[in-house]
Amino acid sequence: MSELPVPDLAPVNRGPLDRSLMIGLIVLGLLAIMPLLSPILGGDYMLSLVIKAMIFAIAAISLDLVLGYGGMVSFGHAVFLGIGAYVTGIALQEGVYGAFPILALVLLISGAFALITGAISLRTTGVYFIMITLAFAQMVYFSLTSLSYYGGDDGLTLWDTPEVFGMYLFQTGSGLFYSTLVLLALIWFFVWRLAMSRFGRVLRAAKQNPTRVGSLGYNVFVYRLIAYVISGMLAGVAGFLLACQAEFISPSTTSWQISGHLIIMVVLGGLATRNGPLLGALFVVLIEEILSQITHDWRLIFGPLLVLIVLFSKGGLAGLLKNKRATG
Amino acid sequence: MNSTILLIQLLNGVQFGVLLFLIAAGLTLVFGVMGFINLAHGVQYMIGAYLTFMYYSWTNHFLAALALGLVTALVLGLLLEELIFRHLYTRDHLDQVLATFGIILFVNELVKVIWGPGTLTLPTPEILSGSIQLTENLKYPVYRLALIAIGLFVALCLYVIVTKTRVGMLIRAGASDSETVNALGVNISRLFMIVFGFGAMLAGLAGALAAPIFTIEPGMGDNLLIVAFVVIIIGGIGSIRGAFIAALLVGVLDTLGRTIATDAMGLIFDASAANQIGPSIASMLIYLFMATILFFKPQGLFPAQGGAR
Repeated sequence: MSELPVPDLAPVNRGPLDRSLMIGLIVLGLLAIMPLLSPILGGDYMLSLVIKAMIFAIAAISLDLVLGYGGMVSFGHAVFLGIGAYVTGIALQEGVYGAFPILALVLLISGAFALITGAISLRTTGVYFIMITLAFAQMVYFSLTSLSYYGGDDGLTLWDTPEVFGMYLFQTGSGLFYSTLVLLALIWFFVWRLAMSRFGRVLRAAKQNPTRVGSLGYNVFVYRLIAYVISGMLAGVAGFLLACQAEFISPSTTSWQISGHLIIMVVLGGLATRNGPLLGALFVVLIEEILSQITHDWRLIFGPLLVLIVLFSKGGLAGLLKNKRATG
Repeated sequence: MNSTILLIQLLNGVQFGVLLFLIAAGLTLVFGVMGFINLAHGVQYMIGAYLTFMYYSWTNHFLAALALGLVTALVLGLLLEELIFRHLYTRDHLDQVLATFGIILFVNELVKVIWGPGTLTLPTPEILSGSIQLTENLKYPVYRLALIAIGLFVALCLYVIVTKTRVGMLIRAGASDSETVNALGVNISRLFMIVFGFGAMLAGLAGALAAPIFTIEPGMGDNLLIVAFVVIIIGGIGSIRGAFIAALLVGVLDTLGRTIATDAMGLIFDASAANQIGPSIASMLIYLFMATILFFKPQGLFPAQGGAR
């Protein structure tokens, strides 16, 4: 494999003054000081809102690996959130309290699920791939509703949170906040590095022209499958955090509306960009909250807003920023 | 489980399939001809139901309400096409998903604001309110039979339009290669508008016809939309014939599955477990069916050549 030429598509400006790196670090830095600002901005409520936004940012970043860099439109990515949450919830219920064993289980099971469903789904492309990933998510959704021992349709309230070295790290707001932030920063960094690596270049090249990449000797299917599995595992981590935060698990986490929401976050933020999914997730969660403060019928504003953003901006929020720079 | 129940469920399945076909027909054409993913198609189904409800409460006459509802659904569909969808045909699938998702959010909420979040019901029209004695111990509501008849009639009309008329020929040509059709000088944007308006009206018809059977509520089209997507994927995108066959298959499979699954699970598990597992197995059946079909025929049962990647 090592002698194969690697297609070079690096429109990336590297170097210490890399602009996207700066923006990402500033955003993460702002997030890091949120607990200090929270007394001014609305206290614990604000904090838990930001935690939720960060959890969705993890899921969105992991989705971007397949959606943005890989060009595979997964319309069932919420399923990994659900798996992560349910593995966490069930483990706690069955007496496994250690955060690391639970996380290992989450990674293992969401990875295994991604491997199996990915191997089947990746036989198809385009619209058919969209629908088959949706189908798997729907199947999991209905399986979870029948798990009556763990709450069935109504979901399950968790009475414990995972412990880290004997500490209940996730029970305090700031403990959960910083754990989520650290995981977010790691995953943000990891996915970008992965996308810029040799592996990522093959993946991105295969998005543009799978036939050509295939004829260079790469097994496109395998590359895509690996990306899908990694993405599923990372989204599983988001599910773990979601269960820790909500202390509640429910089949509705895997509903197609949530999968749609994740796609919205990635596309709004900007596909296959370093900060796109991060900004997109923060934007969507916060704007929904702000609008719902203004009016009960906030979807009347948010819906048309989505349409307008699509009609008048190409390339999401990241593209909007870029356009401004280009014209101004 | 006896043969009477089975027959009733079979008829219910066909009736559900017919409704699915009315929704899927427009979806598969819009998808096949324009390569446009319209998540808001389920919204048009809901609009049909609500409009018919509104006109019924004004006129107290079902047929008049139905006719008015259809015309309004058509106008609204054309308006949406003119204002929004037209600008998205050449865009990426993801942009289409995003914009139509926004429309879903908006219309579901609007309906909630206008008619309230609760469920509404529409009485069955009086002429069709009785039941017919089909066999010795089987009575079946006339309205549901009428619904099946209307659905089959619409399917026949569509079949004739698509296979025998000039517009139909253009639609078929568009589904297999819209670029060439455009290059040949056909006014493709007008063709798109016709297809879109027509699809919206059919979905509205499905909603109006379903209103007396199901309850009318905000978001009623969302889950049906997903099932309609399953139908057009199984049938092959862009194929009316495929959509018809797949809609009937899915309708019958889903309805019969709900009856049989619990009993079948009862053979393996004890009764309470079967009652839990049965319904979710039944809900999964159509997705399993789709995944199986895609595994063996990645383009669906009746792929329209080359269309709609």
